[in-house]
Amino acid sequence: MTAVANGSAVDRARAPRVVIVTGVSRFLGATIAARIAADPRVSKVVGVDRVDPPDELAPLLRDVAVRRADLTEGASSLVKLGAEALVHLAVVSSPDPDAGGRAAMKDQNVIGTLQLLAACQQMPSLRRLVVRSSTAAYGVSFRDPAVFTEDTEPRDAPRGGYGRDILDIESYVRGFRRRRPAVTTTVLRFAPFVGPQADTALLKFLARPAVPTVLGRDPRLQFIHVDDALEILRRSVLEDHQGTFNVAGPGTLTLSQAVRRSGRIALPVLEPAMHAAASVGRGVAGLSLDQVDLFVHGRVVDTAKLVRQYGFTPRSTADAFDDFVQAQKPGAVITPALVAATEQRLLDMIRSVREKRTGRPAVRASGDPRADQGRSGR
Amino acid sequence: MTSSHDATGAPAELDDEFDERVAAGLAFLRRRLSGQYQVDEFGFDPELTDQVFQPVLRQLYRHWFRTEVIDVKNLPAEGGALVVGNHSGTVALDALMLSVACHDEHPARRHLRLLGADFVFRMPFVSELARKSGATLACNPDVERLLHAEELVGVFPEGFKGVGKRFVDRYKLQRFGRGGFVSAALRTAKPIVPVAIVGAEEIYPLLGNIKPLARLIGVPYFPVTPTFPWLGPLGLVPLPSKWMIRFGEPIDTTPYADGADDPAVVFNLADQVRETIQTMLHETLELRPDAFSA
Repeated sequence: MTAVANGSAVDRARAPRVVIVTGVSRFLGATIAARIAADPRVSKVVGVDRVDPPDELAPLLRDVAVRRADLTEGASSLVKLGAEALVHLAVVSSPDPDAGGRAAMKDQNVIGTLQLLAACQQMPSLRRLVVRSSTAAYGVSFRDPAVFTEDTEPRDAPRGGYGRDILDIESYVRGFRRRRPAVTTTVLRFAPFVGPQADTALLKFLARPAVPTVLGRDPRLQFIHVDDALEILRRSVLEDHQGTFNVAGPGTLTLSQAVRRSGRIALPVLEPAMHAAASVGRGVAGLSLDQVDLFVHGRVVDTAKLVRQYGFTPRSTADAFDDFVQAQKPGAVITPALVAATEQRLLDMIRSVREKRTGRPAVRASGDPRADQGRSGR
Repeated sequence: MTSSHDATGAPAELDDEFDERVAAGLAFLRRRLSGQYQVDEFGFDPELTDQVFQPVLRQLYRHWFRTEVIDVKNLPAEGGALVVGNHSGTVALDALMLSVACHDEHPARRHLRLLGADFVFRMPFVSELARKSGATLACNPDVERLLHAEELVGVFPEGFKGVGKRFVDRYKLQRFGRGGFVSAALRTAKPIVPVAIVGAEEIYPLLGNIKPLARLIGVPYFPVTPTFPWLGPLGLVPLPSKWMIRFGEPIDTTPYADGADDPAVVFNLADQVRETIQTMLHETLELRPDAFSA
């Protein structure tokens, strides 16, 4: 690394005094702003968003100076704040029909990032930039390796809008890195978030009683627990982690497995039908092309670099998803208890038939479902 | 296991065994229905493979092809290794039979992780089955990842040139591509185990290839055999040839470890593997009385 102006090693590792967080009107942005503000080494946190944060997030933002600014119209108002770190979370993963739909989403993701990075270049005090990206950055192709490492180049551009936005955002960040090598730039490629709340498009989709899937495909999915994502973000701001990192829960669940674990029913649909449903208007049933891409190809990333650099292992994809399953239990159609009860009923039925036939009590078979319930498969 | 015993003897024991099976089957279904099983990062589902796929393939392996295995001791009991075989038979049944051989005949009951061309992963259903049975895309990142994880990886470097060759060319090894499999073995310092598979050539004797039709449905070739497409679906039944699978001595790759990026080293080693398999093929063919013997 070249040491420029403000760049001794000790200085680099120091926690920033003034931090800007974009996207604070949503849960992730508000929560991370609050956590950074709680650190005694940080004197000021400025939260930015194009809309005012909703009331339920207000308690989180007590120690955060919230500013209303539309990044797509330029971010020059942020230049004079003397920020030493900037966390860019104003990246939207699915269109909001009430806020301009896909066009507004693309503006916010692509133009917003472009304007923000232009402003960053004019901040002499800036030492650290943290950008939210996504594992969608790997694109989708049938010639993709099974597991993506950070240096895997995308072979084909994704069909989904979010995936394409992510490719644009990352290319802008690469440009920024070249122009400002003294700024530590951390790009976090998050797997889809999971937590108790079904608050992303994907989770809303998975919370439906019947989940449409693509016929003949069983994609491998990965999730990152929201709490772990927040911890990685916090460390990215307060510590020095140069580079691009996959942020995902180790291991994988197939879509069919995820659907079964949450007690939902899979509804296989022909891919062209799924594609059509996602393409018309706002998309039928909250379906987007990003999801069709995911449901055909699946996506698994290697997290070894993250674990090595941060010294922190996120909980596994299966464990993270369990948190969602527990919270979404009321919507389950097939519960583990129901399956176990059916199994027991069948066993009892066989036993009683035999008793009637032989006129003596039958031997009790092993494998009582109540005995090994909760034990996961071998 | 049942702890209580019935005094009346035999019939109860039969009932016991039946009960055991029913209970095990129901427990399997419960685990499947509630998603409580493990899948690795490549999508391999060991439980489904052992309980469903392998038993089906085993029937073909034992009763249809009457497969014999020679020198299975050459397969390492543990650690990563690259199993390299000859490819033939119009559809890749030889790969599946090789995986049964590695699992059933070797005391360590190893799972063979097969490598498939990208068109396998393009096709719905096929891609799903391939991943669940432990296969992945034939590309170096995946091979190296599997070898690093100490898995047994099965590769057929002839690719389509092998499966899609005509019956007159049977047991003639085709060109070995660029030898990507060799550089993966060198980079991970894992041994290469050459394998000769005799019998797959006769299951669908390939007489011709209707190229325009193949292009139309997006497959590498459209086979014409004595029975397909003339007999319709019946033509898909493989001829019951006699199979022999022979494992050669592992080739240690550590002496060449520095040459993983040297095309000359890689090419020479690939050629050596190819020669070994070709020789083993001729020798094994000699052992087989005729193609459809018992």
